Amino acid sequence: MSAPLLEARALCVAVAGRPLVQGLDLLVRAGECLAILGRNGAGKSTLLATLAGLRAPRSGDVLLGGESAARLPPRAAALRRAWLGQQRGDPFATTVLETALAGRHPHLGRWDWESEADAQLARAALAEVGLAGLESRGVDTLSGGERQRLAIATLLTQAAPLYLLDEPLSHLDLCHQVAILALFKAMARSRGAGVVMVLHDPGLAYRYCQHALLLYGDGEADSGPVADMLTTQRLTRLYRQPLRCVDLGGGRVFVPEEAGSVSGYPDACS
Amino acid sequence: MPTRRRALLILLGLAFLALGSLGVALAVGSVALGPGELAALLVGGEGPAADIVWQLRLPRALAGFACGGLLALAGALMQSLLRNPLADPYVLGVSGGAGVGALVAMLLGLAAGLVDALAFAGALAAMLAVFGIAHGDGSWTQTRLLLTGVIVAAGCGAFISLLLALAPEASLRGMLFWLMGDLSPASEWRMPLVVLGSCLLLCLPLARELNLLARGLLEAQALGVAVGRLRFLVYFLAALATATAVTTAGAIGFVGLLVPHGVRLLAGGDQRLLLPASVLAGGALLVAADTLARTVVAPQQLPVGVLTALIGVPVFLLVLARQPR
Repeated sequence: MSAPLLEARALCVAVAGRPLVQGLDLLVRAGECLAILGRNGAGKSTLLATLAGLRAPRSGDVLLGGESAARLPPRAAALRRAWLGQQRGDPFATTVLETALAGRHPHLGRWDWESEADAQLARAALAEVGLAGLESRGVDTLSGGERQRLAIATLLTQAAPLYLLDEPLSHLDLCHQVAILALFKAMARSRGAGVVMVLHDPGLAYRYCQHALLLYGDGEADSGPVADMLTTQRLTRLYRQPLRCVDLGGGRVFVPEEAGSVSGYPDACS
Repeated sequence: MPTRRRALLILLGLAFLALGSLGVALAVGSVALGPGELAALLVGGEGPAADIVWQLRLPRALAGFACGGLLALAGALMQSLLRNPLADPYVLGVSGGAGVGALVAMLLGLAAGLVDALAFAGALAAMLAVFGIAHGDGSWTQTRLLLTGVIVAAGCGAFISLLLALAPEASLRGMLFWLMGDLSPASEWRMPLVVLGSCLLLCLPLARELNLLARGLLEAQALGVAVGRLRFLVYFLAALATATAVTTAGAIGFVGLLVPHGVRLLAGGDQRLLLPASVLAGGALLVAADTLARTVVAPQQLPVGVLTALIGVPVFLLVLARQPR
């Protein structure tokens, strides 16, 4: 059997000396979807960047396709995983197609220019996220949701077997949220991609992922199949917010209980 | 979609523009030459007119072209390194350091060669100081680099004012001309041309990575760019280009800011085209400006730095207004 797309061994992640993840073991194989859930500031993004090899862990190892991420040159790493960050911003004007073409960078030689085949890939990726026809538009003329989908198209153009997505649904309306999740689920199922994504909706995580990782923010974490992880009890502890679970045939929806007559911002959130 | 063919066509057009500006620079002046006369002289003419072209106008025009190219290249590199459209070659204090070095040398009454040497030393000192301070804790963020550069530049500016205040009347004019940016037939042209060629050759293979750097450090790294090494290299290439230009011709303003933006507006922001196109356009602009500077109120000469701004600003505003939003 080939090496898993992503493996973390005894991974410890810390920010400014504060431990966020301690001794985490994780395995993502081809065809698997993993959701990372946790409160604001629990270390989800930091963990994801560490898993992408963009940030050094405090200790432990991250393996991308069986090789240590710390020893992979950036280009080789870019062929093994694609990473979607939260920040969008390009201070200089570019077009939608040029932005999507950026994903071809690790596939091209130093003196190469993008070929027609690369452009085809980029156009196909734009079509997959519903941006067909906007190729020549300036990125600065796009809406927030369109920019988010453009960033996802760039990731698809990169064509790596592992996708690490930090809040892929931000700025997206309901229709696009479902479409993007379905897209990655299909990528995992039919093309054998591995997907790790930070999500804020446990109901969507339940429906589109097989595994969930709950980050409590104090170094503790739980992981396992979504049916075991995404329960009222665990999520109430995770978010420090009472929840009610509504079971729908094959799906679960989590509804927050109303906050009592507390005045001011709830302490539990901090 | 960016293609190599389109880039080559645009570069060819700009190369003709640059050659044209050099041709005009050789033909115009106290001894005016027609195109035919100029061609004859260049192929191998003798006499005073040939001396004027070969000894006076050509070195000056080549020095101008090299400096314009260096400044535009450094500007384009600084803008992508700092991810800031307002960055120019002087933003990190290189010209300030050079100014302090040159003015100290002038104040001491040193020979022209030593003025150049001290200017270059000052530029290198400023560049290393900014890098050392900004890099201190290893974070080396864009904001930190920018702020350090701005502060060092401000410090140099204050020191320059102090030197001007202390300077005797007689040397004040030379100092002011140096600060405004000035070319002369005695300007060194070989070194700037060599530095320009080397910097451009070293940058071009990095151009696609520079495109990605504009998207953000982590984003570029995730797409396969060795970000640390790239930024280090770009910083030193830009600083070396600026130091060479400033040493040769003083702190000529606006070329480094306006030319890359003008090229961006007309031909797009792909660094593979932007860098060589900026070199050609910047060189052409400075040669044209210098030709005007020595002819409009001849026999008196204007500092070329004033002219670059006077030409560059309206042209830039025109391009900006023409741009559909």
